[in-house]
Amino acid sequence: MATEYWRWPESRWTSPEIDWKAGRIVTAGIDVGSVSSQAVVMVDGALFCYGSLRTGSNSPESAQRAMDFALAETGLVLADIHYIVGTGYGRVNISFAQRALTEIACHARGANFMYGPTVKTILDMGGQDCKAIRCDAKGKVTNFLMNDKCAAGTGRGMEVFADLLSVPIADMGRMSFEVEAEPEPVSSTCVVFAKSEAVGLLRKGWPKEKVLAAYSSAMAHRVVELLQRIQVEEDFAVTGGIAKNEGVVKRIEKELKIKALEPKFDTQIAGALGGALFAKALVEKDRGLR
Amino acid sequence: MLAHYGYKDGSGEYFIVVDTDKCDGCGRCVSACPYGVFEIGEDENDPFRETVVVKVSESHRKKIKYSCAPCKPVSGKKSLPCLESCAPGAIGHSW
Amino acid sequence: MRANVKGRAFAAEVDPRAKPGAPAAVAPAAAAPDGLEEGMNVAGVDCGAKSAKVLILRDGEVLARSAVLSGFDPKAAAAQALDEALIQAGLSRSDLAHVTATGTGKNEVDFASSSITEVGADARAANALFPAARTVIDIGAEEGRAIRISPQGKVIDFAINEKCAAGAGTFTETMARTLEVAVEDMGPLSLKSQNAVPMNAQCAVFAESEVVSLIHAKHSKEDIARAVHDAIADRIASMARKIGIEKDIVLVGGVAKNVGFVTSLKRNLKEELFIPPYPEYSCALGAALTAAERAKGV
Repeated sequence: MATEYWRWPESRWTSPEIDWKAGRIVTAGIDVGSVSSQAVVMVDGALFCYGSLRTGSNSPESAQRAMDFALAETGLVLADIHYIVGTGYGRVNISFAQRALTEIACHARGANFMYGPTVKTILDMGGQDCKAIRCDAKGKVTNFLMNDKCAAGTGRGMEVFADLLSVPIADMGRMSFEVEAEPEPVSSTCVVFAKSEAVGLLRKGWPKEKVLAAYSSAMAHRVVELLQRIQVEEDFAVTGGIAKNEGVVKRIEKELKIKALEPKFDTQIAGALGGALFAKALVEKDRGLR
Repeated sequence: MLAHYGYKDGSGEYFIVVDTDKCDGCGRCVSACPYGVFEIGEDENDPFRETVVVKVSESHRKKIKYSCAPCKPVSGKKSLPCLESCAPGAIGHSW
Repeated sequence: MRANVKGRAFAAEVDPRAKPGAPAAVAPAAAAPDGLEEGMNVAGVDCGAKSAKVLILRDGEVLARSAVLSGFDPKAAAAQALDEALIQAGLSRSDLAHVTATGTGKNEVDFASSSITEVGADARAANALFPAARTVIDIGAEEGRAIRISPQGKVIDFAINEKCAAGAGTFTETMARTLEVAVEDMGPLSLKSQNAVPMNAQCAVFAESEVVSLIHAKHSKEDIARAVHDAIADRIASMARKIGIEKDIVLVGGVAKNVGFVTSLKRNLKEELFIPPYPEYSCALGAALTAAERAKGV
């Protein structure tokens, strides 16, 4: 099998402080994305554990695997969870989730938890889409757009370049800064055309780093255009897989002249986290607590 | 909430914007659109909203540039049936 | 990739499938414009995204055609295509009274005496080939155009699909690669399809993964090839509807050689499509006809 340069590593975390048995409300959120799936479990609204892995070809199975991965070694089992919200591209196929909600709603809510109530604008760049969300201090969505039609400005665009240049996706950000001077951005937006443009640049003798810099800034520019449609208001946060690509994020910050908040957790869990928070709110509603 | 349905690709930006605070869920746009672009249902992006709201249907979101093309001739611009049908003015087009 | 046809009047090359009446009407329009100096040679250069095409005309007759893949140097490709066409025609550059360039790279063709827009060249060629043409659809590697023209061949309206691979020939090429089928086999393959399989992805990059899923779901290559052509035809048809389709419809550009796409587009538009024998040279022909007029000082 050929090296898959575009894969993100898997991750897992469990809180050392929380005793879930003492909790009143245990909820979970599962985000089945096109590339990776996350499961987050919260106890009384505090983050208890999470797991993130690659999505397989079968999304219900990926949801189950992500859940098992998160719960492993915690002693907690699926039956102990009071309410589960599914989100993401594969949300409708999660059999053990009580409710499916959009990534838009969940990301806003999750980011609000991760970064606090000052977050007003969230950019989520996932494997196959790009979302720009504005929310209020409670994490309620006030304006959003999602682009999942076109691969430009999504993780997929980066994957195409990772493959083309044979560069592991985790190294792309760093490498894109290893240039003497910032080159002109790749002129084509369309990934297919950008790729042939890049092939031309490589043939002209450009090093990989310079081609990466040119693509990263083209991608940043495109994302900024989408953000401007919903008008960026600070604080600004970036979530999703591409948040880990500083080559794109730093260029977005530069163009917006706004710094993104420093992430406190793995940015990929924002959607699942939001799902778990909605789950808690829905349990409280059911129990007449709100 | 301003819900932007559509996309931006290499050729341009194509968004139908629904102001969900203005939309009363009457559904006139659903019957006004000759190409079935709209649908009425629960607000997927606001789980706590009690009333229904208009959305661009899933099957059109990724191709509205094409779905709306017949209502947007290159010359001799006509008024758009969806906009005409919406009394509260909740619908907008970005292109 | 070289068409080696000399000295045939392009008027005689009208698609035999064209309905009766149309070809006959072509002849007068195709004759050498009045007053054109006997034996005057002109060239049209179409510097496209994927290849450069050159067509040499003498008194309304096609002397030579040549196409060279652009690679990453469209300017050099155009020069090479011109030189190859000149060799075929037994001429040298100094024998050309006028050279008109068109295509995305028209401004890079430094040996051209003048240039014309692709839309203008398409209209000019379609009018000469099929005087009854009112709509011209040109699908190239990276761009699709729909143009409505007057009986005199003047451009009335046009719409362009550009900068997105979903609406151009590149889409089919990318899908052919994923299907592991030669791009020229895509058309014949799709004609054998028994089922219409819907394709949801619009973007060429996402459509690649969809094609992979369709293969995994055990759909036949024939059905997937048809799905690819139906998808692109649907986008092209919507673009054409923006300008208001009027008969007759002429289809040109490299993609017009793909029978699978042509069948899908016909099915979508429910209209007859007229395709000249060298559809990929249509823009070059339009440029050459323009060069002839300009050489004469019209």
